[in-house]
Amino acid sequence: MIENHIASKLFRFFLRRLLLLVCLGLGGALISATLVRFAPGYGVEERELDPRWSAQSIEALRQKQVLQEGLGSFYFHYLSALVRGDLGESASLKRPVRELLRQRLPVTGNSVVRGLGVAWLAAGLFASLGLASRGWLYEASGTAFSSLLLSLPSAVVAMLAVHLRTPVFSAIGLVVFPRLYRYIRSLLVRSYDQPHVLAARARGLGSGAIFWRHVLPVAAAPLLALFGVSFAIAFGAAIPIEALCDSPGMGQLAWQAALSRDLPLIVNVTLVVCLVMLAANSFADLAGRAFARSTQ
Amino acid sequence: MSPLQKGAALILCVIFAFMVLATILVPAPYARQFRDVPNAGPSTAHLLGTDALGRDSLSRLLYGTRVSLLLAPATALLSTLIAALLGCAAGFLGGWFERIVLAVTDLSLALPWLFLLLTVRAMLPLDVPPMVSIIIAFLMMGLLGWQASVRVICAAAHGVRDSDFLLLARSSGCKPARLLLRHIAPNLRPLFYAQFWISIPLFILTEANLSILGLGVMEPMPSWGNLLRGFEDFSALAANPWRLVPLILLVTVVMCFQLVLPSQEVTP
Repeated sequence: MIENHIASKLFRFFLRRLLLLVCLGLGGALISATLVRFAPGYGVEERELDPRWSAQSIEALRQKQVLQEGLGSFYFHYLSALVRGDLGESASLKRPVRELLRQRLPVTGNSVVRGLGVAWLAAGLFASLGLASRGWLYEASGTAFSSLLLSLPSAVVAMLAVHLRTPVFSAIGLVVFPRLYRYIRSLLVRSYDQPHVLAARARGLGSGAIFWRHVLPVAAAPLLALFGVSFAIAFGAAIPIEALCDSPGMGQLAWQAALSRDLPLIVNVTLVVCLVMLAANSFADLAGRAFARSTQ
Repeated sequence: MSPLQKGAALILCVIFAFMVLATILVPAPYARQFRDVPNAGPSTAHLLGTDALGRDSLSRLLYGTRVSLLLAPATALLSTLIAALLGCAAGFLGGWFERIVLAVTDLSLALPWLFLLLTVRAMLPLDVPPMVSIIIAFLMMGLLGWQASVRVICAAAHGVRDSDFLLLARSSGCKPARLLLRHIAPNLRPLFYAQFWISIPLFILTEANLSILGLGVMEPMPSWGNLLRGFEDFSALAANPWRLVPLILLVTVVMCFQLVLPSQEVTP
């Protein structure tokens, strides 16, 4: 009975999150459409600047433009195209945005997932080793190293990766690692200082049992929340890293779109990244709640 | 303050002093080209050598330090002011206003910060004079960088809202605006200072990233980000190690800010 109640609560939470995602996607699409519609130069064709075209031809071209439609009609056309999966055409690359996203998203997804894997493994390992040793030298060197990495701009890490010819995911991992390390370390220190852990240690429990049974359940929920946040950090780092490492992913696409002021492309890239981030955060949130309920 | 924090504060003071005295200390204007000595090594005339265009590297470093170290605190001030205003109002008023502010904050926090900056930067012209590019970078980061602080300030304002002194002030007939300005804001002042200091290194790094990508401060105006663009050729750095000075300075300043910061909860 209680299990059914918990499951229905989680399901309701999942549905609420899904509804929120749909609403945000719709709102984001409308904002994107507004930005594209009111951007300087919207609706002006390059051919209009060609002196060989007569005034009548230019007028005919203009008649074709969506600009001639009312605002309501523009939004309707935009959203109906969106439902069909048509995100418009990139002004600079002259290719459908949908096709570009389909090509670039897996590249970034792959780099981000592998980079996050490396960063989580390294951060978890170093934080646990630090707690196990509890030596001042290890702690001081760990803190100094993570502070040094935190002080480096992601673009410099990218240039270093280019120089050392290391893969893109390792650069992403290096950017994410210090942020995870510091948080995980502080979280584990706090969890180990809890009275119930002290009591378990006093009763002679082994360090493995203390970690799995008493520390991890306390730290799991914040760690799952951190998982969602780490996605945002990794995607943010992907822009300078992909741009400078010449990796054909979403980050490089966003950078190229910003440099060429390709508004239809950049707003759609941002919208897709925003939805991916929200989905990752919702998943982390849901997992955290499910874990908390199960331990209760 | 621990000895380490004192040392970090001292280093920051020295760097700030150099930044203020840049006009007196520089051997040449930052854009002046010594065309006969491009890519020169350190000498008595050019202590840090010259760049590929023959511009004095020390002059560019000192002016770049001035740009970055003025830009970052100014941006932090703007973002903290916005966060203070929104956070205090949301925490004090509560209800639907608080829910909307927090929802917008959560949404913005979910989006990678650089994607947001790039989208906004794409809407603005790129071929702008260097001074305008500084103002654009400053406003863009300041207007979009308040989200993390709002959550903290809103939570603190929420706590103050139910306090006895506020109840007394309210019963004395204080208007909401006066309650906010005279009672809530002064009580949250230490939090505002903390958020201001925490934001500075973040904005220094963001400016560096944007400028390296060609979307921040424009040439010939130097900034730390602009100066780091020369790092793309790492093999040249091995032969000319003095070119690492801008990176060392940037890392030193950011680390010093991290050390001097008021004690805080570690956040990713």
